[in-house]
Amino acid sequence: MNNEKIFFEKFKEFLKNQPLVFILIGLCIIISSVSPVFLLPQNLINVLIQISINALIATGMTFVIISGGIDLSVGSVAALCGIVVTAIIQPYVDISIPLTVTLMVVLSIIVGLIVGGINGFAISRLRVPSFVATLATMNIARGFAYVYTKSRSIYGLPEAFGWIGQGYVGPIPVIVIIVLLVLLTAHIILSQTVFGRYVYAVGSNEEVAKLCGINVKNIKLKVYIISGILSAFAGACLASRLITGQPTAAQGYELNAIAAVALGVGGMSGGKGGIGKTIQGILIIGVINNGLNLMKISSYWQIITMGVIILGALIIGQFEKED
Amino acid sequence: MDKKPIIELINISKSFPGVQALADVNLSFYPGEIHSLIGENGAGKSTLIKILGGVYKKESGQIFIRSEECEIEDVTHAQSIGISVIHQELSLIPDLTVMENLCLGIEPTVGRSVFIDKTAMRNTALEIMEPLGLIINPHAYIRDLKTADRQMVEIARAVSRNAAMVIMDEPTSSLSSREVSTLFNIIRKLKSNNVGIIYVSHILSEVLSLADKITVMRDGRLIRTLDACDADEDILVRSMVGREIKDYFNKKDKEIGDVILEVRNLTREPHFSDVSFDLRKGEILGISGLVGAGRTEIIRAIFGSDKFESGEINLWGKKVDILSPQKAIELGLGFVPEDRKLEGLMLEASVRHNISLPSIRSTARRGFVDNKWEIDICKEYINKLKIHTPSNNTISKSLSGGNQQKIVVAKWFAARSKILLLDEPTRGIDVNAKSEMYSLMNNYTKDGGSIIMVSSELPELLGIADRIVVIRQGEISGILDRKEASEEKIMMLESVLKNTRKELVP
Repeated sequence: MNNEKIFFEKFKEFLKNQPLVFILIGLCIIISSVSPVFLLPQNLINVLIQISINALIATGMTFVIISGGIDLSVGSVAALCGIVVTAIIQPYVDISIPLTVTLMVVLSIIVGLIVGGINGFAISRLRVPSFVATLATMNIARGFAYVYTKSRSIYGLPEAFGWIGQGYVGPIPVIVIIVLLVLLTAHIILSQTVFGRYVYAVGSNEEVAKLCGINVKNIKLKVYIISGILSAFAGACLASRLITGQPTAAQGYELNAIAAVALGVGGMSGGKGGIGKTIQGILIIGVINNGLNLMKISSYWQIITMGVIILGALIIGQFEKED
Repeated sequence: MDKKPIIELINISKSFPGVQALADVNLSFYPGEIHSLIGENGAGKSTLIKILGGVYKKESGQIFIRSEECEIEDVTHAQSIGISVIHQELSLIPDLTVMENLCLGIEPTVGRSVFIDKTAMRNTALEIMEPLGLIINPHAYIRDLKTADRQMVEIARAVSRNAAMVIMDEPTSSLSSREVSTLFNIIRKLKSNNVGIIYVSHILSEVLSLADKITVMRDGRLIRTLDACDADEDILVRSMVGREIKDYFNKKDKEIGDVILEVRNLTREPHFSDVSFDLRKGEILGISGLVGAGRTEIIRAIFGSDKFESGEINLWGKKVDILSPQKAIELGLGFVPEDRKLEGLMLEASVRHNISLPSIRSTARRGFVDNKWEIDICKEYINKLKIHTPSNNTISKSLSGGNQQKIVVAKWFAARSKILLLDEPTRGIDVNAKSEMYSLMNNYTKDGGSIIMVSSELPELLGIADRIVVIRQGEISGILDRKEASEEKIMMLESVLKNTRKELVP
């Protein structure tokens, strides 16, 4: 009797702290009852592949949102980097897989450093609000992608270029392994390192952080660079999956990433959240989208769903704040 | 006076956790009378004004407005019964013009349309300002006006809403002397229009020259009400003080060592200029002064969070350039800011993350937080400082003010700071927590630490400080030793204006 009670209390506690886990399980039950295909291994792996690009971007977004900011430029950075990578690799027909991967990583770092650096500089030194600064770079990066390609896609890429996006190691897609590694690293950085702790401190209360000897500007700069590099790399991976460089790629992906983080944290007020929460957000969004696909509901509904999710997450966060 | 009072207060009481803010206050305010409230910080003046203005609710007692009993519900209600409060922070909208602010909420329209009648608005604004002798362009934006003019507009707005009672809280704190005399002219005009005025100020000379009646408050009680013609600065100061200092300061005998920190000619116009003092090992140096005198700015400059223009700081005999808090912390300084919630604590973060924040980097291994060290140091200081918290993972927001303040102090103990700069360290915490804070400070200095403490509470400074630096209008007006300091002396140094100071200090 007593044990049962304790178990029930613990269960309630868990429910209160991790409501998303239950939402996720609930969603899976609903979708699998409507469409039996959902639980097939092949579909589940599909879900993982579908969420992988968003997962990379949302990981960077997690840093930014914990630090109290927002990064709207991520989708455009992804598109720009996809163009840069495909344009550079295209002429080398016989390029090897390791060299392709190295090039993709290096180019992502360069593109991410440049755009993220501009964002971070404008936000930390020039005190431009993050929303405005990244809105500007969002347009600039997208514009460059169009200008360079004259709004045409880049085709005819070497075979090795598709390895990251389409390849498998055993039964597991390469991209899924990469995403897991990135998530793990990000989690360790945020939860175990001094830098991670400082990101939370800056988002929690900038003035306190400053008075505790934290170089707030430096932290902010780094956060936007991380977001830039991860979204650039996501763009490279997306190009690899499609084996095409498209200037229109990753349109609206910032919305998906923000939705994932906001849903995981229950708001975007800064100082809160973490990779664990973001993963829950990513999975819920991925499962909903997959469910809508399986039920043959138009992809336009996915956009509406995303907006509703962000709104819902923020409203719930607001209620929690008032408590 | 044969007139009937506008406001009559009978046995008004109000308490906050741990503090009796007002106890059985009986007061009457009459039309056409300037009634000044004076008292130390924490005497209950602000609480009284806030009750009249509808910000706080009284706990017991009665308020009569024009002989009718009245419960003041909220700010709007207070305004509707004719009480206007002009706070220290002004409530005008900076991006609107003077006339738009004056007509806010009562905008005249063209006929019955939704369009604003600009001409009518301008005329209304001029009609409001004219009787007060105000000459301000109604089309000017508030943000472009000087502080004094803004204040005048604020007063004009308050009066225009048929205020029978205008309450002013330290209205001259940011005005120059010429602006003060303009303000006084307006106040006198209001008086001649039969408006009642409650005037709260720290500056005794102003009170004496302006007020008809003066009420002195202390510890939430009325000490005396007297006619201004019967009062002088000595009488007022003596009534404001006169309290026994309890022995809850836990003062202990200790040795005071050599000078470790020298501040020389520190200047940052217009906040402070030519500030020089020493701090010794094991010493608690108090800094006293009125709000806005530049106390906070001085210690923030020492800590590197604000810049200063000239002057130098020597630490342990060496000249140092403290350009950022980061540098200050490396040099062994710690800073407990005045506003705990805005600057002291990450409210949403755990007790542990707050305590370790300044020192996680120096204890880290290759960038990784040393979790064992962190948990140990937090447990150590939670025990030592008797921080009442369920665990070191508890979110700081859920703790009481006193415990939160202990966390802010604990983080500097954990960082092994040698010199603590405390800005109002006992503000908003209850008496027991205060007493604990004093004993922490005493033990810390006994173990060789040094403290600079800014405080607005004179009994606290007298009880705990070894020496007291008094700041007036950004300059040091005196440094008093513990033995020679008294509330009277400090208050004279704080509030008596420069030219009259010398004759008055005994």
